[in-house]
Amino acid sequence: MIQGSNMAEAHPVGFQWVMEAKARGAKVYHVDPRFTRTSALADKHVPIRVGTDIAFLGGIINHVLSNDLDFREYVVAYTNAATIVSEDYVDTEDLDGLFSGFDPESRTYDPQSWQYESENGHGAAQADSAADQEHQRETASGMQNESHGMQVGAHPRRDETLQHPRCVFQILKRHYARYTPEMVARTCGVSEEDFLEVAQAWAENSRRDRTTALVYSVGWTQHSVGVQYIRTGAILQLLLGNMGRPGGGIMALRGHASIQGSTDIPTLFNLLPGYLPMPSAGVHDTLDGWIDAVRLPGAKGFWGNARSYGVNLLKAYWGEQATPENDFCFDYMPRLTGDHGTYRTVMDMIDGKVKGYFLLGQNPAVGSAHGRAQRLGMANLDWVVVRDLFEIESATFWKDSPEVETGEIVPEQCRTEVFLMPAASHVEKEGTFTQTQRMLQWREKALEAPGDCRSELWFFYHLGRMVRERYADSTLDRDRPLLDLAWDYPVHGERDEPDAEAVLREINGYEVETGRPLSSFNEMKDDGSTLGGCWIYTGVFKDGVNQAARRKPGSEQSEVAPEWGWAWPANRRMLYNRASADPEGRPWSENKAYLWWDPEAGEAGQWVGKDVPDFELTKSPDYVPPEGSDGVVGIAGNDPFIMQGDGKGALYVPQGLVDGPMPTHYEPVESPFRNPMYGQQGNPVRKEYDRPDNPMNPTPPQLHGEVYPYVFTTSRLTEHHTAGGMSRYVARLAELQPEMFIEVSPTLAEQRGLENGGWATIITARSAIEARVLVTERLVPLRVDGREVHQVWLPYHWGQGGIVTGDSANDLFGISLDPNVLIQESKVGTCDVIAGRRPTGPALRSLVMDHQHRAGVDLDPGSPIVTTGPASEVSQHRDPVERWGPDDDSSDGKTP
Amino acid sequence: MAKSFLSWPVVRQFTGADRLGRGAAARSAATEEIEARTETADRVARSVCPYCAVGCGQKVFVKDEQVVQIEGDPDSPVSRGRLCPKGSASKNLVTSSLRQTAVKYRAPYATEWTELDLDTAMDMIADRVVKARNDTWQDLDDQGRKVRRTLGIASLGGATLDNEENYLIKKLFTAMGALQIENQARI
Amino acid sequence: MTSLFNEFDLWGPLDPAADAGYGEDKPKRKGFFTDTSICIGCKACEVACKEWNDVPADHFDMTATSYDNSHSLNSNQWRHVAFIEQPRQRQPTVDLGMPTRRPAEDDILGGMLADGAEEAAQDGVPDFRWLMSSDVCKHCTHAACLDVCPTGSLFRSEFGTVVVQDDICNGCGYCVPACPYGVIERRRGPEGAKNVGIAQKCTLCYDRLGAGQQPACSQACPTQSIQFGDVEELRERAEQRVARLHEAGVMDARLYGNDPHDGVGGTGAFFLLLDEPEVYGFPPDPVVTTRDLPRMFRRAGAAAGALLAGAALAFVGRSR
Repeated sequence: MIQGSNMAEAHPVGFQWVMEAKARGAKVYHVDPRFTRTSALADKHVPIRVGTDIAFLGGIINHVLSNDLDFREYVVAYTNAATIVSEDYVDTEDLDGLFSGFDPESRTYDPQSWQYESENGHGAAQADSAADQEHQRETASGMQNESHGMQVGAHPRRDETLQHPRCVFQILKRHYARYTPEMVARTCGVSEEDFLEVAQAWAENSRRDRTTALVYSVGWTQHSVGVQYIRTGAILQLLLGNMGRPGGGIMALRGHASIQGSTDIPTLFNLLPGYLPMPSAGVHDTLDGWIDAVRLPGAKGFWGNARSYGVNLLKAYWGEQATPENDFCFDYMPRLTGDHGTYRTVMDMIDGKVKGYFLLGQNPAVGSAHGRAQRLGMANLDWVVVRDLFEIESATFWKDSPEVETGEIVPEQCRTEVFLMPAASHVEKEGTFTQTQRMLQWREKALEAPGDCRSELWFFYHLGRMVRERYADSTLDRDRPLLDLAWDYPVHGERDEPDAEAVLREINGYEVETGRPLSSFNEMKDDGSTLGGCWIYTGVFKDGVNQAARRKPGSEQSEVAPEWGWAWPANRRMLYNRASADPEGRPWSENKAYLWWDPEAGEAGQWVGKDVPDFELTKSPDYVPPEGSDGVVGIAGNDPFIMQGDGKGALYVPQGLVDGPMPTHYEPVESPFRNPMYGQQGNPVRKEYDRPDNPMNPTPPQLHGEVYPYVFTTSRLTEHHTAGGMSRYVARLAELQPEMFIEVSPTLAEQRGLENGGWATIITARSAIEARVLVTERLVPLRVDGREVHQVWLPYHWGQGGIVTGDSANDLFGISLDPNVLIQESKVGTCDVIAGRRPTGPALRSLVMDHQHRAGVDLDPGSPIVTTGPASEVSQHRDPVERWGPDDDSSDGKTP
Repeated sequence: MAKSFLSWPVVRQFTGADRLGRGAAARSAATEEIEARTETADRVARSVCPYCAVGCGQKVFVKDEQVVQIEGDPDSPVSRGRLCPKGSASKNLVTSSLRQTAVKYRAPYATEWTELDLDTAMDMIADRVVKARNDTWQDLDDQGRKVRRTLGIASLGGATLDNEENYLIKKLFTAMGALQIENQARI
Repeated sequence: MTSLFNEFDLWGPLDPAADAGYGEDKPKRKGFFTDTSICIGCKACEVACKEWNDVPADHFDMTATSYDNSHSLNSNQWRHVAFIEQPRQRQPTVDLGMPTRRPAEDDILGGMLADGAEEAAQDGVPDFRWLMSSDVCKHCTHAACLDVCPTGSLFRSEFGTVVVQDDICNGCGYCVPACPYGVIERRRGPEGAKNVGIAQKCTLCYDRLGAGQQPACSQACPTQSIQFGDVEELRERAEQRVARLHEAGVMDARLYGNDPHDGVGGTGAFFLLLDEPEVYGFPPDPVVTTRDLPRMFRRAGAAAGALLAGAALAFVGRSR
């Protein structure tokens, strides 16, 4: 199943394995708004309306549950299906698209009513408050769940028969009962037959003897409900017993060489290495408070050792200055006070609050949503340092951006200093990338970088050294964190290049006294006798060997290839692989054997198999934790999901997500349709920046959506890379896709007078861009809620720099974010498309403003967010409510 | 002269097995000397493709301190020696004539770039970091809570960088009190 | 001079390297089997080829022909990936005795059409196809380009492939019209590129083969749509693949260029196609332009003359 991904185009070499599976008889399904190179090789392509994947997958969940197609033994033993939820919980079914606990004022949920019923019959004690959820939204706390799992108490009440009306299984069943094939067809624009074919194939190819793999990419993440898209996939894979088993799982195909690494060892505002949270003011004021917020006393699993992970990081940062007496310099950490994400920061740039900006191999002038805001922000800084291989658009915004053309940026009046610092390429430095399956691979340095090109390692090491020199005589307390920083890396060569392997050793961790590298995070001590910069990476220097540099040929080892590179954690290639065996520790089937309990192995039995067990090696399947135990000890011998607070796979999430315990279909922020399922139109708790410089096209129940009648989506081409910084400047790639274009269906082309090879102008409330027209049957109009909708597609690789130039698709998007992770909705928006090239100069803004005016955006740039219940913004809106669609039969279950 | 005459293709054609002079007899001196440049490289570095996150193995061939070829590493269990068009264009990427190899500087209100030497640029950047930090320092937020930070310095990038680099970036910025450190993973 | 030619010198089955004077110890004939049914149209072959062979990038214009922006095989494009978007109303190309699919009434709605989808499943013809195929020099068993080359620049290698010797070619261009596939061409630019003015085409990476490596394109190909190997073995593999596809109901699958009895004696680079050759831009029935003996004879005479003249010139030039 490939959905939300164009794997053949964006990950062609990974796609070889799909083709190999297909050659061995696997069926490949591709659900995607348009027919792509992936669809061309799939057994079946199902075109879907952009932004309706939860409805589609929810329909499959409904199909599975209504027809008893789940892998029941797995579901009962390994998921929270049997867990009983508080009697205060009220579902979206009964609240017209909202869950219980919603506060329309703050647009947050109080998740108290979502909690499990504890053993004594009451709600769990650890529930977050609504204030916590506000904080979680502001700090993108969902990202911690990359490794955290669900933060719940260890011993909730369960009904193993799954009959209790408030058990998760029954709640799930009721929640998705509305997602019938008819509703899926009406919402997604697919045929019921196509939908059922996918649902049946998925269910039939799962359970004991077979497994189905699910692939997604940013086609799922870049939505205002993005995290819940992925949750829907996870629920389905758990129900069908596809998690932790060979041939199953969920593959998140990530798009940059080390984007996984930059999440694990984050250059992200809300995280520290190993998914430890950046401390927040008033929340994590002490070391103990910070640790407990991670550890959650009473929860099961490996987060029980959070103190070791936290102390080792602090010790790695501040070295000998970090002692038990001073809480290992915890106080040196800067504190968050809410949202400091990249989009908030851009707004702050426009508002003049930010002085300097580093761009490190990133090109937001082209690659980030709302390009105009990005460029206007940069033009209002004191200085920008751009480190790149090429002279990218983010380095030249002051002289040739679209805003220079429109007169909004005047070079002679733009004060921003720009330093374009040439960077070393991947062959000119050594170090590790972490690829999409969490595997670190060490790159050898091939040669010295030319001229003044330098690595980031060089740049930041020396910048740190120079900044510290400038503060050397300071007696101010605020400068202590810099002066006490452990910043003495060995350097080599004429250029004083820092030793990357020394940095990797620090990341791995070692015994302070002896320097012996740690082999496992279990060796980390919380007393300061060990240090380690990223606990999940401990083991990459196991036995003092750079494990990431291992290159035993794949042909000389098993298909798991454990001796090529190193995967976190502990070189496990498949997470939660305990689930590949049944509760008694036997493979579910011969065909799908991966890990199993061998009572003869070791002293008293061990887990053996093809991979490093993602379980304690000698914990037997019949191990029952002592009453009241938590942490690692609390994980039972049949609890495969060892990072979850209850050891179970989560069909329902009582805590950790700010927009609900189960995925629910909401319309995209910009949509031509009223939500066919609920009165609540969009994600009610999404993150919005309601400002005149971030206007949104009108969306039902607002009027005038017809000004922007089409749905557009953007993505990659095989021939280019992201914002083009590594492809538009490379002749061999530039010639393969030399111009910005728009794909339209023949019907839309006819409607709008677009000629193949001619030009089109695409207009949103933010901007207007032009593109060459490619008329193709790979796009088809869909019938949604009784109306025909046209979808158009744009690649987003172009800007004004490089060998081949063109307008940037990201200029079309506004900024609305998923509330769990603060990722923008840049997979879907509405637009107008007209024939011909766009105007140039100030006339470009006039065109955009004319459309805004016709749509009423100039008077009201925001969208109503809460559209149901007594606080519905609909009634307060200046326009009368208009029901979209043929008639009002869609209002079943909606409050009038 | 006589020796050259004997190596003349037509002579070879009529004296050898290649009667029609289409094969063995037609081989030129240059053809006889053809050698793959992967064979004559001074060294080969084992690397990883810099584009997407599949992590395909690359072999980087270097001759006379120039990259002469980058191709897939057949040993890699991830990629088995294969590369997509971007990975296959890696030599073009690293040897492109458009690559910046010197520092460029744009002064406030300037309409053109000027050049700077690397040391000067580093000094200027360090000065600006210190100034921005000092000018925007917050010990307490508006609610009187200890925050110990600057919101005057932001950073974006890291998904194409090494783990070791990201580690130093986050470590330095955190010690500096800079919080708005982000990368493509947010996007 | 007639005695110079044997029966299959100019057409029919033949081991071309043996015919070209390479001895017993020569390697087996090498070639490509391009299985277009698993091509993902990524163009890695085009790039890998250009990178290895230093073929210049010279066209930065969008053709608006699906995703094909490299136009065709030419002197600066030794691999070319064709993209064919096939409309929904397409009829099955192989009659299986099934009822013919009637054009759906409301076809434009695509996914909405239950009837159309069912029928498509019945007759094995999907309602829309995007065919992709990487084309290359065929390295014909009987290569007209080589046969007409007056300078001996084009030669048959020990691997049975057809290769241009850049140091010999004088740019006369005889080879260009001789090729039944329109593959070989004189390089016209861009300025500053090497070998401008002389004939250029795929060498099957002659230099890499000499080092025991495979060509750059097949090495890069992510899905092994391009397979390199011994032609004999590849032909077997291709037959098996077609049989498997037929078993799976893909009745459109057929081979192109694998038949040693075809007009060029079979090609060293042959293809598995999912439609008629013309759909991909291949000539349906290529014939070596030198097949007709009398005509060939006249050409050979001219070629011999030109060869002597050209070689003499080269000889003089070299001694200067």
